[in-house]
Order: sequence, then C-alpha cells, then structure tokens
Amino acid sequence: MEVTRRHFLQLSSAGAGVLGVSALGFDLTQATRIRQHLRIEGATVSHSVCPYCAVGCALLAYTKKAASGKVELLQIEGDPDSPVNEGRLCPKGATALQLAVSRRRVASPLYRAPGAAEWTRVSWDFALDKLARNVKASRDRTFVTVDADGNVVNRCEGVAFAGGAAFSSEEGYLATKLMRGLGLVYLEQQARV
Amino acid sequence: MTNHWRDIRHADVVMINGANPAEAHPVGFQWIMRAKLERGAKIVHVDPRFTRTSAVADTHLRIRVGTDVAYFGGLINYVLQNGLYHKEYVAHATNAAFVVKQGYGFSDGLFNGYDPQTRLYDPTLWAYETGADGFAKTDVSHPRSVLNLMREHYSRYTPEMVERITGIPRDQFLEVAKLVGQMGRPDKVMTVIYAVGLTHHTTGVQLIRSGAVLQLLLGNMGRPGGGMNAERGHANIQGNTDHAISWEVLPGYLKVPAPGQRTVADYVEQSASKQLRPTAINYFGTNYRNFMVSLLKAWYGNAATKDNEFAFDHLPKPAGNSSWLSIFDQALQGKMEGVMLSGMTATSIGPDSNQVLQALSNLKWLCVMDAFPTTSSEFWRAPGIDPAKVETEVFMLPASHWIEKEGSFTNSGRWVQWKEQVLPPEGEARHDHWILADLFGRVRDLYRQQGGKYPAPVFDLTLRYADPRKPQLDEIAKEINGRDLATGAQLETFADLKDDGTTTAGDWIYTGHYPDTGNLAKRRDGVQDPKKNDPTGMDFYPSWAWSWPANRRVLYNRASADPQGRPWDPKRPGIQWDAATSLWVGDVPDYPPDADPTKPGAPLWFIMTGEGMGRLFSNGVADGPFPEHYEPIESPIQNPLHPAVSATPVAFLYDQAAGRPNRFGTSSEFPYVATSYRLTEHEHYITQQVEQLVQLQPEAFVEVPAELAREKGIETGDRVRVSSKRGKLEVRAVVTKRLGPLQVDGKKIYQIGIPIHWGFVGIKTGQHWLANALTPFVGDASARTPEFKAFLVNIEKM
Repeated sequence: MEVTRRHFLQLSSAGAGVLGVSALGFDLTQATRIRQHLRIEGATVSHSVCPYCAVGCALLAYTKKAASGKVELLQIEGDPDSPVNEGRLCPKGATALQLAVSRRRVASPLYRAPGAAEWTRVSWDFALDKLARNVKASRDRTFVTVDADGNVVNRCEGVAFAGGAAFSSEEGYLATKLMRGLGLVYLEQQARV
Repeated sequence: MTNHWRDIRHADVVMINGANPAEAHPVGFQWIMRAKLERGAKIVHVDPRFTRTSAVADTHLRIRVGTDVAYFGGLINYVLQNGLYHKEYVAHATNAAFVVKQGYGFSDGLFNGYDPQTRLYDPTLWAYETGADGFAKTDVSHPRSVLNLMREHYSRYTPEMVERITGIPRDQFLEVAKLVGQMGRPDKVMTVIYAVGLTHHTTGVQLIRSGAVLQLLLGNMGRPGGGMNAERGHANIQGNTDHAISWEVLPGYLKVPAPGQRTVADYVEQSASKQLRPTAINYFGTNYRNFMVSLLKAWYGNAATKDNEFAFDHLPKPAGNSSWLSIFDQALQGKMEGVMLSGMTATSIGPDSNQVLQALSNLKWLCVMDAFPTTSSEFWRAPGIDPAKVETEVFMLPASHWIEKEGSFTNSGRWVQWKEQVLPPEGEARHDHWILADLFGRVRDLYRQQGGKYPAPVFDLTLRYADPRKPQLDEIAKEINGRDLATGAQLETFADLKDDGTTTAGDWIYTGHYPDTGNLAKRRDGVQDPKKNDPTGMDFYPSWAWSWPANRRVLYNRASADPQGRPWDPKRPGIQWDAATSLWVGDVPDYPPDADPTKPGAPLWFIMTGEGMGRLFSNGVADGPFPEHYEPIESPIQNPLHPAVSATPVAFLYDQAAGRPNRFGTSSEFPYVATSYRLTEHEHYITQQVEQLVQLQPEAFVEVPAELAREKGIETGDRVRVSSKRGKLEVRAVVTKRLGPLQVDGKKIYQIGIPIHWGFVGIKTGQHWLANALTPFVGDASARTPEFKAFLVNIEKM
C-alpha cells in the first residue's frame, strides 16, 4: 500500500491524528526508524554545531568512507544530548546537509581583471601572489606612521577586512591578529550590520 | 545574552521586543514555550508585525517601528510613579543614589554639552559629584540623585504620550504595565528578549539600554529567568565579536588604542574605568593593564618588552570611526583601495545597496572568500551594471565550510561549543584562516625582499604554529587562552594574567577554556543525565561546553541573592552564600568566591563597573545618559516630545559630511513606514544556494497591510513597486492583516514589511531585487548600526 500525500491528509483529517497501526494497517514510525537505522549503520558520528543562527544547536553528522576513499556525509540530525536544542532542529538546520554538500560551490580560485566580463580560473598561487602584491601596494600607499598632530599611529587607511560571523572563533581571532598586524583599522563583522 | 537559551524557562514574564523568535530562532523559542507551558509564564510580544511569536503570546502590542524607547520609557515611568521597583535591589545594586555633577540638564530634546557645529555631546560632563575622598557622592534624596533625575526625565512618558508615539492604545499599554510592575517583587522575574529589531536604529543603543534600565529597576539583572537577552542571527557573531573583528575593540572588549596614547599607561589611563566607590572592585578597570600587556605578548612575543612598552606602537590607532558605513563612505570618497570580505556580502548586507555597488566599483581591488558565489563577488555584473566600466580587480577565493573544519562557535548565550571536522574541504576550497595566514606570509616575504612602509609589526607578529601558513585551530585556541611564559603552562584563570610580560592571553575573557587538561569547549555532559550534569537543577549544565567568562552561565549573578547572600527567590537560586563552607555555591559566582556578604565592607555587587553597581545613568554612550525617544531619521511624524529636535541630534550623516547629495526621503513623497526582516526558511543570503529552502520559500515579496492594499487596489500576488529615496523593489505583494494600521499622534500610519533574503545570486537568479536598496545610509550615534528597521517608502501597483 502506497501512502500518497493526499491519502495521508485524508487519514489525518478523518481524525486519525497520530498515524498508527490502526489507520494504515502498519506502523509507519517503525518503518521510518528502520530506514534511518539502515542509512547510518556503521557510520562514523561526528559532533558539529548548526551553521545558521546563534541558538547554537548541536548536530550529529554521520559519515562513511566510500570505496573510492571519498568521505560521504549521510545525515545530519540534532544532538539529543544538547541542553540547547535537545535534538531539535528548524527547517534550516534540518536541511544543513544540502548546504554542506552542494554542486553549487565555487570550484577554484577565480580572477576578474579590471573591465573583464568573465571570470578567469586561476591557481591558488596566482591569486594569493597577486593579492599579496595588492595588499602591500595599498598598504604602502595609504600607511600613516605619524598623524597631523604628530602622534605615532602606524595605521593602514586604504584596506578593509569584514567577515567572521560564519567561521570558527579561532579563525576570527587569527584574522583580527593578522589584519591588525598589517596595520588595518577598518575591521568589521556581522554584529553591526 | 546576560543569561542563556535554556535559562529562559525560569521566567515569569517573557518580554519580547524587536524580535520574532518563533520564526527566526525556532529552536531557541522552545525555552520560551516551556516557560509558558511549565510555569504559566506570560509572553508579551511588542512588535510592528503579528507573527507566529505573537500567535502564542498572551499579549501582542503593535508598535510603530523605532519607538521602543518610548514604550520602555512608559514602563519605567509606571514602575517609578507607582513605587513598584525592587527597592532593596535598587539600593544595593544600582547607581540610583549617586549624585550627578552640577550642570546636568535636559531641555527641548537636548542634554547638556551639545555642540551643534560638530553634532556631538561631551559625555564627560555626564559625571558624578565626587567627595574629598575622590569617590562618587551618594545621597538618594539629593535633587540630582540618579533616581530623582530619572523620575523627572521619565515623567514625560505618560501612557498618553506612549500612545501618541508608539501607537499602542493606552489601555493595552496599562494592562502590560501592571503585569510588568509585578516583576519588581523579589519572588518574580522577567526576561527581556530582543534581536536586531531593536539594534537596527539610529537610537539602537538607547533602545537596548532602556530595557536594561527597566530590568535593573525591577531587580531582574543577574537572576535566573531574567536579564537582557540578545538573540544573535549568525552562528558565530558572538565569538567573532568577542575576538574583535571590529574596529573599536581589541579581543576581550579592550578599547582600541587612540592617537596620542604613547605608552600602555596612557592607554590604560584613558580606557579603563576608575574605581568610584570604596568597596567597588572595578575588576575590569583594575586588571586592564594585565589584559592588555598579555595580549601584546601574545601578538608580538619577544619583540614586546618592558623597554619598548610591549610594542604598543605597533598597534594601529584609527583616526576615527572605521565601522561598516565608514568603510563604504571611504570607498565612495575614493580613499579605500581594497576590501576583503569573508562570509559577508557587502552588496546585500549593507544599507543603500546602490550606493554600496558604487563604492565597490570605486575600489582598486576586492577579495571575496566564500564557499559560494555572492552578490559581492558578482557585483561587477549585477543587473544594470556594465562590467566594462568596472575597473575593480576581483578575487573569488573558495573557502571551506563550517563542516569542513573544526573550531568553536559561541552562541547567543556565550556558550563556546567546539565542533569537529566532519568532511575534508570540497575540491580546491581552503580554510579562511589558511588563506589569511598564507596571504600574510606572502606579504611578509614581499616586505623582506622589497622593504616598504613600517614593516616592523609585520615582521614581529608571532606565528607560533607548527606551520605558520597552515595554523591548526587547536594551536590558536591555546593561544587565545594564554599561558605562563615561565612555566609554559596553560592558564586556568584570567586572574593569573600579569602586566610584566610574563603571561600571554589572546583574549582574556576566554582564558580558562583551554587549560593543560584540555579544551573545555569540547565537553558534552548534557541532558543525557540531568541529575549528574545539572546538579543545581537550574539548567547551568556546567560541563556542557564552556561559557565565557570563567564558565559562568548567568552574568552579574551576585545580584540573584539578597544582601545576606540568600536567593531573592529560593525556588530559583543563581548563587548563594554557604556559611558552612564560607563559599558562594551554585553558578560560577560573578563575585569573589569567598567574600562573606554578611561582613561589613563586603564588595559591591557588580564587580566589573567602576561604580560597583548597575548603571541607570551612564556616560558610556554618545547620545545621552538616559535613553530618550528620537524619531527615526526618516519618519512620518515630528517627535511629539520635542518637535524641534525630532530625530537624534548626534547621528553621523555620511552623505552630508562628504558633500554628496541628500539621500533621505520625506513623508510627503514616501508616505509609508517600512521595516525589514527574515523568514524562517532563510538565513540572510546564503540559503539562496540551498535547494530545499528555496523550494520552501521561493520568491521575493513584500507584506502589505490589508487596509492599505484596499486603498491601492492591491491584491495578493500582484506585482508592486516599493520605492524609497534610494532605490526600489519590484516584487509580489502579500496582503495581510498581520500588519494593521496604527494611530500615531492623530495620524493613521501604515507599515510595510520587507523580507530581506533575495538578490541576483542563487538558485533563482530572476529574483534580483535587493531589499537594502531601500534602506538609509545612516547609523546609531554610538554604535553606527545602520537603521535597517525604520525608513519611508511609497508603494504602487504595477
């Protein structure tokens, strides 16, 4: 017996409320549980945290190494041990797997020259070398060692860095440190906007 | 948050302003529902829209956007007039009795010390009278005591005035005021929950302060089930605010050094709070130097010595505000050359998208680090832009995802939760911190080869990592925690930080999260065994992850107990004094753990402030020592309190200052109020790349109040043009009763709702309208948070 969405709604509206053995002749909950179990059997469980809002729902992520050696993400679900979410997730968290594994990712570094109408695919070395030269040139052009009042200020006025709401705190700390190390004062992240 | 998500279940009243947790933070909302279902808590939702939060609230008050200062002001006035504040708490825990310095005044919408030329106040004038001992004078009966000035200031916020400004009918307001007034009883407690509906205003800081002032008066700060609780909208906004990717602070909320400070002593003198009462601990102010020197040692290592002021000169000192709006203002002026964006798309995020697109076009170069294409990486071919005319060089660097790297996220409740790497980076993607470390390394190489402007800090920056181009997040976590340089041991508490260069700490508020025994953010003793893992039964779960500072779960928790150290409500203890062991027990105390409260001279309760107390009156803000209602920059009415000073007199007007044409509209041209928000199915802009979420919520739309729609002949599904002085959207209308009209100062006001999530990048590329094309390029006087939540538009059927 195939349970179509229409059939399901009819059964629900008929007052079945909770779908069970009596309504359908078999227990769908149990079937779902078995299906889930088969899906994650033998998988490695890792602990993560939802990437979206700052409730901080704990996630369990199940992976398996395929024969090709590639690690496959099988499932993401709420961590029932968490005092924050007790296993629950919202629509965004529940579809986090589609964010994690996506064919829409940027595949390689891209470079767009002034005036160009398209991207050029470039190597990491090309991109980082060129960017490093840009950073140095902008820093050298806009660096102020002593301001008009004679104060030592050692700041770079022509480069800004913004980001961090989506990456780990440790990455953010390193970003703060490296950017201030270069003399940047224009630093911003998502808290203000 | 001063408290944390799970703690909300202990509240008697949940006051929600400028937030819609049922839809924007659905899983956090369970704790609000549990307060309601398990202990009969009342939910009061104060919001322009009737949302799913309102649907389960006991009361929904429809408020005009940007007027919450008047709403809270009315509650403060009601509580003061009727003597409903928690008198013992107010006496012991607030600066109510402090005598304010002569000269204080407020008239016709201006506080004392205003300079109309610079459009700035001199906040140092908002100080206290000091006695011969150098400490602040206290006398609650003095005409200029904080409490008396406050009574006078708020006496104007009558229920009638609240109605005129906010549009909340006075009988509805008074009903809520009565309920809120009961929360001043020691056995009652209210939590205030807010989100960017409060912060995104030119009066954003004062909107939050209003709530905090009310909570102090009611004795609700520091208590389980109480506090001021910000719901943050991105996974790690909190962590990276703590670590200061923010122009005005260094890690751990140390102020950024300013021009003119030559030594660490100068810096501390101008940055640290002073002890203002004999028994105030002033912990932050007293230890400022320890924290700063330890940070300098973490960053500059052996190059930071006593003789060179620990390399204080190396730290850049900004000329002035360098926040989001200033970055793009500088670009518009042609002064900004390059911008790096990581997981943050300027085009969609900032106000006045059309102006931001112009700013990006003015750059020499732009670097976007992201997992997906963004409206910034693709800005040069945005609809209406000719790539041939955009001279900006653009780099798109594919970054790894949250699940492809380890590291911690700090949630709204300050819980630092470590996540594991689940997958290797996809394809050529690299971690953001490896990209930045590699880039820094290459820039350093160039300086070694070619020389250049002041390269010393570039050379001296410590990179104590096994591979400086590929640092491990575990190594960085240890650096953030800090260590004793003599023994090499990881530090267990920031109390051990020194000012002589013998300790390091990358961020003192995280010191203790990674002692030699291991990374405490990885701890997982949660609800699988509540008896063992939550021994107090108060939901602290001290061995689940780690909470800053010091694993404390409720900030200011000394104030959860009475002067003798007994919980105000024995059923909901935060901490309490245990005479048998001579220790405070419960949560990690926000107080010296062995300070006997019954002894004379026991330290004051708020250990971080110079006052030793919570501030009802504060000079830490740019726009007034007490919150005052000002209209949004674009408003349909003149401020009923002081029409001559209608909007905030101190917001910085970027376009005006730079000589660009005015970009603010008036109500004659743009008669409707608009506000922006999120939907459950999307998170900002990244979810335009997630198939299932795009299917659930596929198309841009605006919500139009039913009455206005009738007037305009608009039906659900019609295409409408919504325009402001700055830009337009052409999208479908959803006609709704969720946005009813308001009667404000005798005028009927309509509010239009604008979900923000769409742009010209994502699965459905036809949805290219940017909500922020409408929003104004202006921010809060203190924080410069843009006014995304209140602006004027027109709407027409297409």
